[in-house]
Amino acid sequence: MLELKNVTAKFGNYAAIRDVNLRIKEGEIVVLLGANGAGKTTTFRTISGLHSRSSGQIMFEGLEISRIPANKIVELGIAHCAEDRKLFPDMTVQENLNLGGFVHRKRKQQKKETMQKVYDLFPVLYNKRNDLAGSLSGGQQQMLAIGRALMARPKLMLLDEPSIGLAPLIVEQMFKSIQQINKEGTTVLLAEQNANAALSIANRGYVYENGKIVVEGSAEELFANEEVRKAYIGA
Amino acid sequence: MSILNKRMIMIILILLAVLFPFIVPNQYYIYIMSLSFIWIIAVYGLNLVAGFTGYLSLAHAGFFAIGAYAMGILTTKAGMGFWLAFILSPIITMAIGLLIGIFALRTKEHFFAIYTLCVGYIIYLLIDKWESLTGGVRGLIGIPPIPNIGPIELSNPVNRYYFLFIMLLLSIFIIYRIVNSLVGRTFIAIRNSEDLALSLGISTTANKLLSFVLSTFFAGLAGALYAIFIRFLGPEISSTIIMFDMLTYLIVGGIGTFAGPIIGTLLIVWTSQSLQFLEDYRMFVFGPLLTLIIIFSPNGITGFFKHLTVKRKMRKVSIPIETKKEA
Repeated sequence: MLELKNVTAKFGNYAAIRDVNLRIKEGEIVVLLGANGAGKTTTFRTISGLHSRSSGQIMFEGLEISRIPANKIVELGIAHCAEDRKLFPDMTVQENLNLGGFVHRKRKQQKKETMQKVYDLFPVLYNKRNDLAGSLSGGQQQMLAIGRALMARPKLMLLDEPSIGLAPLIVEQMFKSIQQINKEGTTVLLAEQNANAALSIANRGYVYENGKIVVEGSAEELFANEEVRKAYIGA
Repeated sequence: MSILNKRMIMIILILLAVLFPFIVPNQYYIYIMSLSFIWIIAVYGLNLVAGFTGYLSLAHAGFFAIGAYAMGILTTKAGMGFWLAFILSPIITMAIGLLIGIFALRTKEHFFAIYTLCVGYIIYLLIDKWESLTGGVRGLIGIPPIPNIGPIELSNPVNRYYFLFIMLLLSIFIIYRIVNSLVGRTFIAIRNSEDLALSLGISTTANKLLSFVLSTFFAGLAGALYAIFIRFLGPEISSTIIMFDMLTYLIVGGIGTFAGPIIGTLLIVWTSQSLQFLEDYRMFVFGPLLTLIIIFSPNGITGFFKHLTVKRKMRKVSIPIETKKEA
């Protein structure tokens, strides 16, 4: 579904990611593991068109997308749910979701149905639909950020550290929801530092170090990998 | 503040404005109020691009002048009919705004502000030096007054006041519709974060340009109204002084708020009037006022009250939230 071939992306002269090769099949949950600054976010920004790659190829469903502007990439079916769950704090929950469905603005009925699905997935958002997004708790904000990305009806969802700054109980729920989203037909690419939780729901994973992929394998393989355990699971 | 309350306030404000010429039957005050309405329209335009979209355009006075001079030149030099010129002036302003916007919007933040400041100054220079077209420093005279609409005599200052008031109401209504539409939401999204807007599929380039062009429309409309109200135009209406006047109205009232332009413009115009005896020393009042507002309430007076009501609301619901477990 999505394939990165030798992708390099730079900030000035500094290569934030170097020769990254990734492959995501339809229906999978794939996790990118790595410390802060390892290149996970840059990978996401490069895929979604917010950062231009300096070399390499990004193929999505057989189409080379690395030169397509970010807003068109959303229309192709890739939704990017950024780190630090950026919402529109002065807008209500419902308005946030509404903007998430911007690419489907002409299909009102379909948009309504999608919004209902998001509310089914996160009932608390429905209860708070008229509240300002800025007044939500951390967990609810993350739900809203994911819900807003879902409003674009993506085939592939890029989730950048959804568990960051959340209480353990909420993290668990968050990952259950992600699993649910995946079951309903959305392929998920996840960036995480919480390797334990992420690998428990993922099919496969890649480990980043200093902008390069150093290990890749199935979730079980990574879980059993001595170095990964040492570095990211802490056991 | 509930919706009912907001509606009540609006009705009271409209009533006050309608009754104003009867409450204060003073020609001079009616004149000042009429002129304020024109400024409010211009400031609303500025609010659209600077407040809601987050692009501080300092060419706004320039576009105001383009609208005014378009009206002046079309009626005096081209001999065009009044109403046709009145419709064409904002459209001409928009067309020029579109051309400038395409280039100006390639820059961001401070660079955009500086770029548009230069554009504004170039517009000023053009008006000042292009004597054959604009009359240069001597100005443009002989702009026809507003013709009568049927039996309504618009040479009468009170009727003219109502004419401008209706124009203001129409502008506010249109702006309200824009801000509360999906397009308006995309402007706010762009102000929040362009990357985020892009990753929701919003074409930031197209929507920024739309916001900029719409803002020039209101600048042009206000300019055209100014031309037919004052009936004399000089290059100083495009000067940076006017620009920063407008910006002060907007910032004091509340940049990016809906009521801001009305509150800021009326407040400053009227305090400025009542402090007339201080002459230029008035700036000793406005300077500190502006600084205090920027420090303590970056969203102006409107923002300050909004903040209060939100706080009160939060306090009301804070008890159930604390006892409720996070879902």
